[in-house]
Amino acid sequence: MAVPTRPAASTPPLPPLPLPRSPGGRQGKPPKKRRVNESVRTWRLTDRIGYVMMWAAGLLLCAIGIGILVYMAFKGLQYLRPDLLFSSPTADVDQSKSGGFLDPLLGTVLITLIGITIATPIAIAAATWIVEYGRPTWLARLIDSGIEIIAGTPDIVIALFGLVLFQQGIFGWMSFTAAGGAVFGRSFLTAGAMMSLIALPMVFAATREGLQSIPAHVREASYALGKTKAATIRRVLLPSVKANISTGAALGMGRIAGDTAIIVVLLGASLTLDPEGSVPGLNVLKGTGGTLTSYVYNNSPAGEGNAPQKAYAAAFVLLLIVLALNFAVDLIARSGAKTGLETSRLGAR
Amino acid sequence: MIDPHESTARQQHVTSEPANGVMPPPVRRITLDRQPTVALPPSQDAVAIANAGDRSLAAAARPARGIAGPERMTIDGLSVYYGDNHAVKNVSLPIRQGEVLALIGPSGCGKTTLLRTLNRLTELTGSARREGLITLDGEDIDSLEVTEHRRRVSMVFQQPNPFPMSVFDNVAYALREQGSKRPKKKVLEPYVVDALQRAGLYDEVSSNLDHPALRLSGGQQQRLCIARALAARPEVLLMDEPCSALDPKSTNVIEELIVELRKELAIVIVTHNLQQAYRVGDHVAFMYLGDLVEYGPTDQVFDNPQAARTRDYIGGAFG
Repeated sequence: MAVPTRPAASTPPLPPLPLPRSPGGRQGKPPKKRRVNESVRTWRLTDRIGYVMMWAAGLLLCAIGIGILVYMAFKGLQYLRPDLLFSSPTADVDQSKSGGFLDPLLGTVLITLIGITIATPIAIAAATWIVEYGRPTWLARLIDSGIEIIAGTPDIVIALFGLVLFQQGIFGWMSFTAAGGAVFGRSFLTAGAMMSLIALPMVFAATREGLQSIPAHVREASYALGKTKAATIRRVLLPSVKANISTGAALGMGRIAGDTAIIVVLLGASLTLDPEGSVPGLNVLKGTGGTLTSYVYNNSPAGEGNAPQKAYAAAFVLLLIVLALNFAVDLIARSGAKTGLETSRLGAR
Repeated sequence: MIDPHESTARQQHVTSEPANGVMPPPVRRITLDRQPTVALPPSQDAVAIANAGDRSLAAAARPARGIAGPERMTIDGLSVYYGDNHAVKNVSLPIRQGEVLALIGPSGCGKTTLLRTLNRLTELTGSARREGLITLDGEDIDSLEVTEHRRRVSMVFQQPNPFPMSVFDNVAYALREQGSKRPKKKVLEPYVVDALQRAGLYDEVSSNLDHPALRLSGGQQQRLCIARALAARPEVLLMDEPCSALDPKSTNVIEELIVELRKELAIVIVTHNLQQAYRVGDHVAFMYLGDLVEYGPTDQVFDNPQAARTRDYIGGAFG
């Protein structure tokens, strides 16, 4: 036998390790079943505490989420009437005459669309450049940090920065300009431009992650067919990350719809849409307005409207919009997992 | 190495507790005091037969060698460096139409690098540097526009990598020009069908050309990649271990395809599988640590290798 023999009895065998008996005292009772699963009673105390805390954390978050939803549904549905959705708000002390929140609802839709329309192409372009080109490295790192800074900046700071920026004379075409030449700086265009910064990091991160997960040989397969890098990006890579882009965009839209600071500072947070100028379409974009978030704020006991019932109704509608967007994210992510390139890697095995 | 004590203990454990009343088979310990004699079915393992010195059976198991046509590509004094790493050292090889050149050698010997250099994919690696001359039909490949060159020298990869689009679009992708004008589906269809037929896939996918390519099986995906590579009518087809991710049946289909395709184009195949090199290769080049150790007709390299390192590798001494 080629097995090396151990040095015979040069060291005495160790006594059995004095392990503590597992608590529970099971030897008294006869076991009911033959198969015994791992019992928590055999765990260390710290492990048991951790186990309980994990359960508790999950259940707590569940409870909070359901609590918000149920409370808002209860309060919102109590006051939500269909005519609220279709009538414009008016300033009136008498709540039966102050109208609904059609304008804020339209404002939310409009600002979300403007923001995501600006953010998505820029984010896709930046992510594609970082992953597919990314040279020189210092520039790639600089862009990465820049986007991280944007992502980390509080929205009120972005709003103030936007106000200072868009009050410059060259941005006069984006908002109301007073007789003396002073630029107001508040409009759907300026607010939408700053809102795009809220959504941009999410679309960027999702796109970059998607591109990075495409194996290198897929790109090489395209190059090996005599395709240029541009053709590869346009026809192979970007179509492959469609689901990632949609996920990022839906998340970004949720963030825009829920933002308040930029609305208050840059959109005027007025009760109704106030068009500016005479060109149809552009006048709305140049004008000020409000969204559901600013409407909720204004009608909460902290705001000037102080109509909590309407605030609850509007808040419930806002919650539904954001939940719908999150649900869309889930759906996209699930369908993307089925048709994405991951399947090809698995299918190869 | 198996610990004898532990092994005996396990044996006792197993025999003392018969599960469900059935005695398990006794544990037999493997002793290694002599080499195992493995009997292989004669048609399956040509190399084993080569070692045994009987060629007649093996020769019957493989298709006839291709007839070498004109030289399409010539590699002359090629060296490739990755930074300081000299990956391919002064290699010269001819690539002829109508035959399959099989590159064999242990991992990291530079055969894949050599293959990728042939359609200038190594240039995508920032640190790569190339010396020496490669010609395609007498023209220096550096003087050709790179996308034009890659359309003439196409490549199939180790992993099946169809693009996430339909079967039709995968093949059509290779045909569509890069310009703004995109030919209509009707115009492309005969070419796509032809490429799929040449890759032996058309009968399986003819009814669902619009289905996503990623739903196909692994072997079908790889044949789709071959169809895609053939669609642009290349003169040389490079294959980087095209069967290593596939099951034996798909491997067999693709090997038959390779033998069929060599009539019309020159094929260079990198493989880890010596039997595959023997089955499909007309010429074999053995590489070791970046050097081209031996190049010759397949029968000669396997039967009667000139270099000692080739003999050792084919005999299974290292790899």
